[in-house]
Amino acid sequence: MRDGRLIFRDPRPLLLANARVIDPSRGSDFHGDVYLADGVIKDAGFGIAASGVPDGAEVVDCKGAVVAPGLVDMCAFVGEPGAEHRETLASASHAAAAGGVTTIICQPNTDPVVDDPAIVDFILRRARDTAVVRVHPMAAITKGLRGEEMTEIGLLQAAGAVAFTDGHRSVASAQVLRRTLTYARDFDALLVHHTEDASMSQGAMNEGAFAARLGLSGNPKAAETIVLERDVRLVAGARGRYHAAALTCAESLAVLERAKEAGLPVTASATINHLSFNELDIGAYRTYFRLAPPLRAEDDRQALIRAIASGLIDVVVSDHLPQDVEGKRLPFSEAEPGAIGLETLLSAALRLVHSDQVDLVTLLAALSTRPAAILGLDAGTLRPGAPADVIVFDPGMPYVLEPSMLKSRCRNTPFDEARLDGRVLRTIVAGATVYEYV
Amino acid sequence: MHAASAFTLSGRDLLGIEGLIASEITGLLDLAEEFVELNRQIEKKRTTLRGRTQINLFFEASTRTQSSFEIAGKRLGADVMNMSVGSSSVKKGETLIDTAITLNAMHPDILVVRHHASGAVALLARKVDCCVVNAGDGAHEHPTQALLDALTIRRNKGRIAGLTVAICGDVLHSRVARSNIILLHTLGAKVRLVAPSTLLPAGIESLGVEVFRTMEEGLRDADIVMMLRLQRERMAGSFIPSVKEYFHYFGLDEAKLRHAAPDALVMHPGPMNRGVEIDSAVADGPRSLIREQVEMGVAVRMAVLDTLARKLPNA
Repeated sequence: MRDGRLIFRDPRPLLLANARVIDPSRGSDFHGDVYLADGVIKDAGFGIAASGVPDGAEVVDCKGAVVAPGLVDMCAFVGEPGAEHRETLASASHAAAAGGVTTIICQPNTDPVVDDPAIVDFILRRARDTAVVRVHPMAAITKGLRGEEMTEIGLLQAAGAVAFTDGHRSVASAQVLRRTLTYARDFDALLVHHTEDASMSQGAMNEGAFAARLGLSGNPKAAETIVLERDVRLVAGARGRYHAAALTCAESLAVLERAKEAGLPVTASATINHLSFNELDIGAYRTYFRLAPPLRAEDDRQALIRAIASGLIDVVVSDHLPQDVEGKRLPFSEAEPGAIGLETLLSAALRLVHSDQVDLVTLLAALSTRPAAILGLDAGTLRPGAPADVIVFDPGMPYVLEPSMLKSRCRNTPFDEARLDGRVLRTIVAGATVYEYV
Repeated sequence: MHAASAFTLSGRDLLGIEGLIASEITGLLDLAEEFVELNRQIEKKRTTLRGRTQINLFFEASTRTQSSFEIAGKRLGADVMNMSVGSSSVKKGETLIDTAITLNAMHPDILVVRHHASGAVALLARKVDCCVVNAGDGAHEHPTQALLDALTIRRNKGRIAGLTVAICGDVLHSRVARSNIILLHTLGAKVRLVAPSTLLPAGIESLGVEVFRTMEEGLRDADIVMMLRLQRERMAGSFIPSVKEYFHYFGLDEAKLRHAAPDALVMHPGPMNRGVEIDSAVADGPRSLIREQVEMGVAVRMAVLDTLARKLPNA
């Protein structure tokens, strides 16, 4: 396991009793108890409480709420270093804790860019000192995110970078990406690639009838699919591990399916926003719905949901991207893209369970077990001996999202005033409770 | 004037043609007819807007629209101020909303706004207390242009319902096209679009138009041929190979006009690129309504300002 970098607070042993225990790493879902001590999971099973409470343990009656592994969010932007006014490691970690995210994988498009081992080290130290959940940085694929020269993949990985990405930029040069995939394979390093051709993504939203009506320039779906198809061909030759960062349309899913059937080391994410909304939610130029890649049609959203249910898409990410008021109180085409999402990730994803489109075990796997496995992290499981990163949540508890209750430094949530069902009651990291809903 | 003076729009602002019902459009056109007569008199002044302040806030350069709104406001008795923001505050970093809040504090009654971004005028309208007229927002809407086009058509053809109108050229970048499509559709005309596929927005058929790729087909038996300006300043993205080829296939000359109905009339919102989308012989010829469109522009804008002012406080 890679180092979790959390202050060890020597918590009391904790017995989470009378719970619906879901461990997606083993496909299990049963009524029972989970016992945590010494920062690890000691046991998860039937009747632990009945056989006697361990000495000194705090007992929590979960009253049938779900106990599951903490979520691993594979894509979140934290503004540290360089944009601390938008988000810090501390504020992001509080938002994460409130949302049941126990591990944040943060993006390298900071200022300076995470393309030097010293910056990886800086983030890990700042996270250790200020964050309440685990934080692992991704480093840049190319120096300065310029798409020209690969970064020091080996040294960055040794410093603690869990994967490599150029954030919301695609590497335009096929040769650069091919060489990097080939080189990264020697280190078993994972490349997480944003698949959007820059020359075709200058628009403000999805291309189509609604963009025509609003008079906004559109980005075609082909901008995404072309890059994904190219990348799959490169992976077929280079055999480096590759993860498509945020697929949005049905056409891309067909490409992904072929790549997986061919046995290529390809995995993919979808963002919670693309699973929750379609382009019509933009309505009258609502800038909180300006995203990159853009929201697509309802057919695409439904295809993404089916791909989560079938496991074709491995991971659901928040794509947390805080933008301040100045970036969003602008005409749509001039507004900054992005939405915050750490705090609403689980509640929003549970909509797919409530609508009977995805079962809860599969959803939690896409939010914890799968990203942990892809990144090589010891997380996303309730197996005894694993770190005690655990959440307790009530999947049916209704609430209305008040922007004032958000812990993020920014308020740009498309779930503003939305009705959500499902609330995190307790978030535990390394055995210590870092968030409790009271 | 008495019957017409009871007429109002349902909204406080005029942000687009979308959302107007047919009776609101014809109500504005009927009122504009009266102003056409007034504008041909020596004494052109009314007092409807006396004491009112109208600010023309243009974030994008404009000559004809801005002067047309200025004259319209002055003839109705308003105090009119022109602000070209592109040159001042925006360069100092002031945002659209800050500009709106600043102007709002000066208690204008009417704001006439043009902006280069779609949706920007509606955004600004939410932040002010006065009524707002959209004088063009990005590639979205230009409602007074569509109204003046409709007035021009109605005066020359006697009706709009049942006519076939061919809108030709750079639809992709055109707010004029969108407003016209919606208005003509609402009043029962058949709308055709004629353009190379690169200058048509994807999915535009959903607005209820028929799309043609050649002038010969698109103009066949059309009653009105409406040319759009080729927005050459937005041509960086390889939309057409050259102005020469564009004129060859889509420029309106006498030969192409012969495909339209024998009594077809020609329109252009201006400013024209002569020799690019329209030949001078057609633009200045007997079937051109281009100068009349400019005249109708003032009358329509007077009708819009007058109507909106009826819903102002203390009106």
